[in-house]
Amino acid sequence: MIEISGLEKYFGALQVLKGIDLNVQKGEVLSVIGASGSGKSTLLYCINGLEPIQKGSVVVDGTDVHAKGTDINKLRQKLGMVFQQWNSFPHLTALENVALAPRIVKGKSKAEAKEIAEKQLKHVGLEDKLNVFPNALSGGQQQRLAIARALAMEPTYMLFDEATSALDPELVGEVLDTMRLLAEEGMTMICVTHEMGFARDVSDRVAFFHKGVMEEIGPPAQIFGQAESENTRKFLANVR
Amino acid sequence: MFDYNFHWRPVLKSLPDLLEAGLLTLQVAALSMIIGIVIGLALALIRLKLKGPLYWLATGWVELARNTPALFQLFFFGFGLGAFGVHLSPFLIVLAGLSFNCAGYLAENFRGGFQAVPDTQLRAARSLGMTSWQAYTRIIIPQVFKIVYHPVTNQMVWAVLMSSLGMLVGFRELSGETQFFASRTFRIFEYFAVTAIIYYVIVKIILVASRLLAMRLFRY
Repeated sequence: MIEISGLEKYFGALQVLKGIDLNVQKGEVLSVIGASGSGKSTLLYCINGLEPIQKGSVVVDGTDVHAKGTDINKLRQKLGMVFQQWNSFPHLTALENVALAPRIVKGKSKAEAKEIAEKQLKHVGLEDKLNVFPNALSGGQQQRLAIARALAMEPTYMLFDEATSALDPELVGEVLDTMRLLAEEGMTMICVTHEMGFARDVSDRVAFFHKGVMEEIGPPAQIFGQAESENTRKFLANVR
Repeated sequence: MFDYNFHWRPVLKSLPDLLEAGLLTLQVAALSMIIGIVIGLALALIRLKLKGPLYWLATGWVELARNTPALFQLFFFGFGLGAFGVHLSPFLIVLAGLSFNCAGYLAENFRGGFQAVPDTQLRAARSLGMTSWQAYTRIIIPQVFKIVYHPVTNQMVWAVLMSSLGMLVGFRELSGETQFFASRTFRIFEYFAVTAIIYYVIVKIILVASRLLAMRLFRY
């Protein structure tokens, strides 16, 4: 379980998160929506400790992410992350992209790591691209590669930071399908997204962020049907 | 009107000595590159990551190395240190001068290389649980290496050619040796013509070897 309480985050003098309280249960799919600059991506970076926080806490399975003694590298193995700019490693083949971290972070043997990588690449539909370098893959394929790379660490949670925002429109579908597949398999997911269809159909809950505040959270039917907050209704009226 | 008679025989006779001096040239250039790469990498990282006195020291080094003549840098390690009672051998003067110069130029190459790899690569690596060291050695530096590979090759060529300044501080590398024989026999043109060819061949070998190595090294 991920427990976020009283989380405040500043970039210099600018406060981007103004006291967030949020729990995510195992098996849950949470979509986070909101305008650019509302703090939703920053939230993900605070959850896996890529950004330091100024106040409050993030606790993952009982471990405080930002506490001094925390082994952050170990904790991050539980928190797979997929980025907007897919960030495949250009000097490694698809197989090596996926196999590297299991080998050097988890200490798996070469053969084991290769087996894991093959399995995960098959999982995302890239089994025929094992020895291809990322520059020969489309954006959608690279993003699926990034998903496979995160899954290879066998994370408990997957964090998606606008995974489809940088893709050409015709490539969005294949990545969303992969994310849907994961949700069906019971993966715990926090998806920062602009894909309202995905948020509505796949999530258990949807959170709306507005200017660093979690304005509203609830089941998709509530958020998309009868949102309580004026800001939520306004935002949704504009995206549709 | 043209009454100069070429005499190649003395040059041919001292060819073995010239080739040996050519090896010395290659040696001092290669050594100064190795030292230059290590120091240049440190200077680049200091300039990218640190503030304060170390930053200014590194910046001062780069500025001096790049913006003053290499000859003056050699003279500093020769006559400059000599004035303070530190007397280096001609070999060490050239090695120190070239290393100083190469480190400055390479530092800027490396700094550009590091800046060309997006920050997000580091974030992606760290998000997989890699330590900072693992992320740098497995993800960042291999990419930087490819970006700086050809500029570093250029610097190696430059080091070979620049080592000819050794002649002016009494170092008998290829140019020093040539000068020595030329002034003994007065066959100045012949000697320097042959030496130019030797330089050309050395540089050509470096360039071809570098290209072949690149074909093996870079798969993407």
